[in-house]
Amino acid sequence: MQDLYLGKTNYKVIGQRPVRHDGADKVTGKAIYTADLHLPNMAQARMVRSPHAHAKIVRIDTSAAEKMPGVLAVITGKDFPDLKEKVALMGEAGAVNLQHLSANCLAHDKVLYKGHAVAAVAAKTIHEAAEAAKKIVVEYEPLPSVTWVLDAMKPDAPLLHENNRTDEMGQKGDKPSNVTVHMAFEQGNIAEGFQQSDIVIEREFKTASVHQGYIEPHAAVAMWNEDGRLKIWTSTQGSFVCRQQTAELLQIPVSRVLVVPCEIGGGFGGKITVYLEPVAALLSKKCGRPVKMTMQRNEVFEGTGPTPGSYVRVKLGAKKDGTLVAGEAWLAYDCGAYPGGMIGPGSMCVFSCYNIPNARVDGYDVLNNKPKTQAYRAPGSTQAAFATEQVIDELALQLKMDPIDIRLKNAAKEGTRRVDGPVYPRIGFIETLEAARNSDHWKSPLPGKDCGRGLASGFWFNIGGASSCAASVMEDGSVSLIEGSTDIGGSRTSIAMQLAESLGITAEDVRPQVGDTDSVGYTFLTGGSRVTFATGLAAYKLGLDLQAQMQDRAARLWKCKPEDVKVDGGVYSHNGDSATFKELAVKISQSALEPVVGKSSVSPEGSTNGFGTHIADVHVDPETGKVTVLRYTAVQDAGKAIHPSYVEGQMQGGAVQGIGWALNEEYFFDNKDQMRNASFLDYRMPTCLDVPMIETIIVEVPNPGHPYGVRGVGETPIVPPPATVANAVQRATGVRFTELPMSPPKVWKKLSEK
Amino acid sequence: MAKKTVVTAEINGNSTEFLCEPRQSLLEVLRDTLHLTGSKEGCNNGNCGACTVLLNGKPVLSCLVLGVEVEGAKIETVESLAQNGQLAPVQQCFLEGAALQCGICTPGFLVATKALLEKYPQPSEHDIRFHLANNLCRCTGYDKIVKAVQTVAAQ
Repeated sequence: MQDLYLGKTNYKVIGQRPVRHDGADKVTGKAIYTADLHLPNMAQARMVRSPHAHAKIVRIDTSAAEKMPGVLAVITGKDFPDLKEKVALMGEAGAVNLQHLSANCLAHDKVLYKGHAVAAVAAKTIHEAAEAAKKIVVEYEPLPSVTWVLDAMKPDAPLLHENNRTDEMGQKGDKPSNVTVHMAFEQGNIAEGFQQSDIVIEREFKTASVHQGYIEPHAAVAMWNEDGRLKIWTSTQGSFVCRQQTAELLQIPVSRVLVVPCEIGGGFGGKITVYLEPVAALLSKKCGRPVKMTMQRNEVFEGTGPTPGSYVRVKLGAKKDGTLVAGEAWLAYDCGAYPGGMIGPGSMCVFSCYNIPNARVDGYDVLNNKPKTQAYRAPGSTQAAFATEQVIDELALQLKMDPIDIRLKNAAKEGTRRVDGPVYPRIGFIETLEAARNSDHWKSPLPGKDCGRGLASGFWFNIGGASSCAASVMEDGSVSLIEGSTDIGGSRTSIAMQLAESLGITAEDVRPQVGDTDSVGYTFLTGGSRVTFATGLAAYKLGLDLQAQMQDRAARLWKCKPEDVKVDGGVYSHNGDSATFKELAVKISQSALEPVVGKSSVSPEGSTNGFGTHIADVHVDPETGKVTVLRYTAVQDAGKAIHPSYVEGQMQGGAVQGIGWALNEEYFFDNKDQMRNASFLDYRMPTCLDVPMIETIIVEVPNPGHPYGVRGVGETPIVPPPATVANAVQRATGVRFTELPMSPPKVWKKLSEK
Repeated sequence: MAKKTVVTAEINGNSTEFLCEPRQSLLEVLRDTLHLTGSKEGCNNGNCGACTVLLNGKPVLSCLVLGVEVEGAKIETVESLAQNGQLAPVQQCFLEGAALQCGICTPGFLVATKALLEKYPQPSEHDIRFHLANNLCRCTGYDKIVKAVQTVAAQ
């Protein structure tokens, strides 16, 4: 990785906590989310979804629906272009089979999960659309279905795709199977490693599918104009990725598609792929009006991406002093209805916190009758950490070691090689463990009877990827910034702050906006903890460009050479002449000099690394099995916290999502593989009454690949919580819980078997 | 489909007349008919709190109230909080305390907080958590929201 770190520690803007630029819009209700749009003559649309987990579509009759009052257009999967087996590169999502993506928007010949969309209706009002949708007749031939990952791997399991052959290290298998990929990594010699071990522990772990649970349901508005141009307003994590997917699915050039990202009401990885946009576009083309589609909450649960349910087996061998010698992990993750799950990162993360000289990892990606899995905050890493961090905890217990000591002894550091190959640059894992040890929480006494304290760590990558920004210096000396990264949690501000810092102006003097796909250069999606890092790097470079232009204009005002104009903390000077950025901007605007306008684009390669360590105190009610989190501390290496409040917010939010995953959240399927809890009432995400304050400790070990040392912080916080809580429950009860969620009935049952 | 009814209500201090089908929820009327889109639809099922408004001073989930039910009632939405171009203290505290991330749940939390503080001007942390437990937030982990409510209560 290129060393870009400037080594500065004193900043004027970075590290401060300015009010976010979009804040007033959001606290007054003025911010515009996609569902808030009302276009002239706009139609509203509803989907028809499969009642079966797996079935052949024999016939769809839309004739009655088309005659219903107010109906303007009806479409089915047949209205999509036939894409054969075309594959497109979709960035982080990797290679995507477009036929699968198309069939996930509207099923073609088979439905693969309950809630799979099969048809859509646009009408003058939403009620008319809903009434008409009920009149669409779909005849199904139900097929046997499977939802548990190990069942789906069995040779006699119902097959989702007859033509799927397992990709076994690049070789295709000879028989159809639900296993899409088997990947393996190895280093050292595991047989020798386990022989040299004084203690070996092997355990199995299971996790349920959980949903990202963003509060804003998916929504899109499409307007296909008579000139062949398609305009889409949508709630997306990547306006350019949305443009690409939509254009490919509809087989139109990207230049004909304009995507306008509206404010996003949460995403966490679940708003990367398209569900509604191409459907709304086809309806709009058919009826000649703008069409709005929004999902109902049950559609969000049943028709959009959960994270994989998983089965993970981890075996670790250690010396008496706690030194890890050997490790073996076997992971099977479900990918839902279509290939392309999270097994890759899961396999890369399973041992990523530790230096294990002899290790092997086998990972399987498995089709089953659930919605296609999608990224959910550090996709695949939480399931893996749930396993490894508990086996480490058990080693510590058996060796009578402190859980921090055993981690420190084996902690990955600069130079450690991960099992999948990469060697770490400067990372801050050890620093998070030391900060946890020094925390008030760790030093405090345990809360009381039936209580326990657990600790676990976690890892996630920060990816780079293309990012673009543009800016112009306004006549009053402030700067308008247009960036391509859609803003979910306040990144407009973290990027504006980096531009402000590099120009020597205040955060308030930058006015950031998220541009549409025609107004700014290509920018990869908001995901992979990349935005504050990569788009921030673009903003920093943009600052250098604007500064050079300001020097040039100052030189022309002051009649000297640009290199003779000194710049110090946003003050430009030459001999006796001196002006702040603002004063100079005003002078430029009043002169005949050309305005200062800049742009930048970057594509930092390689990934950097985020580590976190969490501590939880829990109380386990022996009567009911209810686990209550009494105290919780999250420690994380942020590299450099640009806006500490929002870094804390990411840590707190991720921790609470992880606590939900640990204790309550799950897709609950009945014996017909129908999800029976597709509402916020029954799915049971944490409310504020379920959690305590989440204490945070930000560690700052600079990322060498960023001028300010930034590491992305968005995803790591969800990795440690389930293992942290499980380790705490073990300490409280003496029982190890290897299955998620640790909901009251499950905990009660296991405790009563003790 | 039954005919539309004329409904008159005081909405954010203004006497407002609207036409509404019997099947339309108050949330739908506010958002689609009156274009007061500050109240958000998160679940349309009474489970997330994003559409919370005050009905005669009491917090209700506007997705569970029918438009025709509010005849003669007084309704306050998030749009009523700021007055004379000034944010209300509760808005200021949420803003300064970073008590929002994506912002979709924020209007519901603000309205629910207003109702909470009118009933309990000095709430304990438990009071706050108990009375805001009907409002889901998936981004913040609630920490900064609870602290923002504590800050506004202390003012």
